[in-house]
Amino acid sequence: MTLPISEEQAKERIARRIARHFLEQGRKLVINLGVGIPTMVANYIRGGNIFIQAENGILGVGPLAEGDKIDRQLINAGRQPVTETPGCSYFDSATSFGMIRGGHVDATVIGAFEVDEEGNIANWIIPNGKQLGVGGAMDLVSGAKQVIVGMQHTTKDGTSKLVKGCRLPVTGFGEVDLVVTELGVFAFEARRLVLKEIAPEISLEAITAITAARFQVSPGLQPMALS
Amino acid sequence: MGSERGMSEGTKLKSIEEAVSRIQPGSRIMVGGFGLAGYPEGLVEALVASGIRDLTIISNDLGSPGIGLGKLLTNGQIRGLIGNYYNWNPEVAKAYSDGKIQVTLVPQGTFAEAIRAAGVGIPAFYTATGVGTELAQGKELKEFNGRTYVLERAIHADVALIKAHKADHLGNLTYYKTGRNFNPLMAMAATLTIAEVDEIVPTGSLDPEVIVTPHMFVHIITRRERG
Repeated sequence: MTLPISEEQAKERIARRIARHFLEQGRKLVINLGVGIPTMVANYIRGGNIFIQAENGILGVGPLAEGDKIDRQLINAGRQPVTETPGCSYFDSATSFGMIRGGHVDATVIGAFEVDEEGNIANWIIPNGKQLGVGGAMDLVSGAKQVIVGMQHTTKDGTSKLVKGCRLPVTGFGEVDLVVTELGVFAFEARRLVLKEIAPEISLEAITAITAARFQVSPGLQPMALS
Repeated sequence: MGSERGMSEGTKLKSIEEAVSRIQPGSRIMVGGFGLAGYPEGLVEALVASGIRDLTIISNDLGSPGIGLGKLLTNGQIRGLIGNYYNWNPEVAKAYSDGKIQVTLVPQGTFAEAIRAAGVGIPAFYTATGVGTELAQGKELKEFNGRTYVLERAIHADVALIKAHKADHLGNLTYYKTGRNFNPLMAMAATLTIAEVDEIVPTGSLDPEVIVTPHMFVHIITRRERG
């Protein structure tokens, strides 16, 4: 199935929708953003209420650094040069993961290869002999108060990334709270996957057909909040 | 003589070559840094030049192919790696697949805490990170307050090569932005700690409130300009 939106538009939509999730809470939040789509969430966060923590030891990550603002000693966890926000602080890696493991980080936004019906997430390795790394993914999904997955609905060949059961090595079991794709917003409620919002380009029948995981439809199903 | 203290007499300042000459083949060596932020570039270059082999390198990552710590692998000096993220350097997965090196992957927060634990006399600790995953296989599990935790052991080293911003002659250290990362933890977790710094200042000139690593953890200081 081909959607009338491009891959770039899909990624932007996912990032905007997650940013909105934070902004509409209207309170101070500390969040951690993974690489890829999750990093784009920062582009849509306004005001001074949302503080971005990066696990390499900074609270108060600002926009990406450009030109003479680039300092190779000031990077985010994706190794991108970033800037400081007012009130920014630095700390060592044990303190950083103490914030995460200790339940002091309100949410982690993270990408995934697969999320399954049980809220299990696989996002650390595709065992093809070309990757060898786990990073902070396991710490983040088990430690953050809320785990929000921002990912495209399908792989490039159209395979659903919402699956019945993860086949790839799992990062964390039953840890996912919210999944935002370009086609909809899904929440785990009482450990069941529930469709809460649906994108304007797709029908309920079509999203059901394209999604391998079984899900319930929220009685209060809304059009996906795009703004 | 008292007024000379901290100057020529009693200084821990040595040349990078002299510092690296203290490292034996087969050593377990911790190296600070996250990507290229806060890694001791001069010490790593000297280690590469020394040709010392059979090293176990304990670090967050291994730089990129032929860059930073990656040079040690290209140069055939590495026997084993303990760390968490090698996807920035595909040569690691290849060397591992070819059976040339051993690799122990540890989730990043567990890695940081295991190093911290080694430095503060805690032999092992329980964490929820990784429970049920491949990285917790074969490790002891225990339930506390209804949640399952995995026992992780402290990580010690023979030598820590760390990067700091300023040092006085006693070896008190300050850090610079996200260059701090694992460095203060590694300083405490090795038998011999060698710190490479941007600037040496007179003893007594650092505000005691900004010293992150007290001098007792630092055995040798070396100097190299920040790039």
